[in-house]
Amino acid sequence: MSRMHRDRVKRHSRLRFAIQLAAAALSNGYAAGFAEKTIFTGRSKAVCLPVLNCYSCPAALGSCPIGAMQAVANGTRHSISFYVLGTLTLFGVIFGRLICGFLCPFGFVQDLLYKLPTPKLKVPRRADKLLRYLKYVILAVFVILLPALLSDRFGLGEPWFCKYICPAGTLEGGIPHILMNEKLRALAGALFWWKLGVLIAVLAASVFISRPFCRYLCPLGAFYSLFNRFSLYRMKVDDKKCIGCGKCDDCCPMAVDVRKDINCGECIRCGRCRAVCPANAIDRAGLTDSPAAERETT
Amino acid sequence: MKLTLMRTAAFLAGTAFVIIGVMRGEAGEVLEKAVRICLECIGIG
Repeated sequence: MSRMHRDRVKRHSRLRFAIQLAAAALSNGYAAGFAEKTIFTGRSKAVCLPVLNCYSCPAALGSCPIGAMQAVANGTRHSISFYVLGTLTLFGVIFGRLICGFLCPFGFVQDLLYKLPTPKLKVPRRADKLLRYLKYVILAVFVILLPALLSDRFGLGEPWFCKYICPAGTLEGGIPHILMNEKLRALAGALFWWKLGVLIAVLAASVFISRPFCRYLCPLGAFYSLFNRFSLYRMKVDDKKCIGCGKCDDCCPMAVDVRKDINCGECIRCGRCRAVCPANAIDRAGLTDSPAAERETT
Repeated sequence: MKLTLMRTAAFLAGTAFVIIGVMRGEAGEVLEKAVRICLECIGIG
């Protein structure tokens, strides 16, 4: 790799790190929440952030869309939230999974853990392909169906995904509250330990596998992936320039077959493939480029 | 053409959903829930 090329990779990596850090800080900008041992209660909490960021985090300034979707479905008035669905559709059609690659705080945590210098695991292709479907099952069952269909005698449901799976909620909300509040600490039981186990498993996996939560479990990533092929922000590969070195495939944190299907639902638009490509064959697709033009062959 | 159609349809649907949601008072419902510590979400409920 030439020096100029190495510098480009470094520059891209630093810029992305800065954006991820800023996004995490902005989503969780109410630092006073930790000192006050409570959560932010301003009106901005009515706004759904585009990322998986627990609204019970002491510093959270907005709402988590996955939590908000379940919160509306759990109530007695509506079984589905058009407000949240519409917000996510708008973000999805503009950015696709660029949000996962640049803005999501939990994605950022996984990226940091993967930087630890340990041997890395490559999930066998077949298992990887099968496991990727899991996030769609979680979206359909735990986020949409169970909260809307199962309710108690008062007509109230449960936030199934938040309650039993979400590791971001445990990391950003559960652990800080348990550490800060003695009364809540006394209430922590089997459910808290289960959720802590899920968090530890996800964080431990993130050291060896790149973004395991985003690949296999995240319902928000599953939703945005539905828009990846036609969102305004997409990527393209120029076959004329491609020298077939495979560096793009090797560096992809989501194990996407970059040269074959760069705009598949798994691509988080992190841009690493673009930065490492020695032939400058990968670039952002223009707004008017058709899917066929994503692979420029003429 | 197909791409533009899909984008336009998704954009219009998204906008319509947000408007319908706000008119149904869902933003208020989200706020109501988000300003309280969700005990289930943090593993205590």
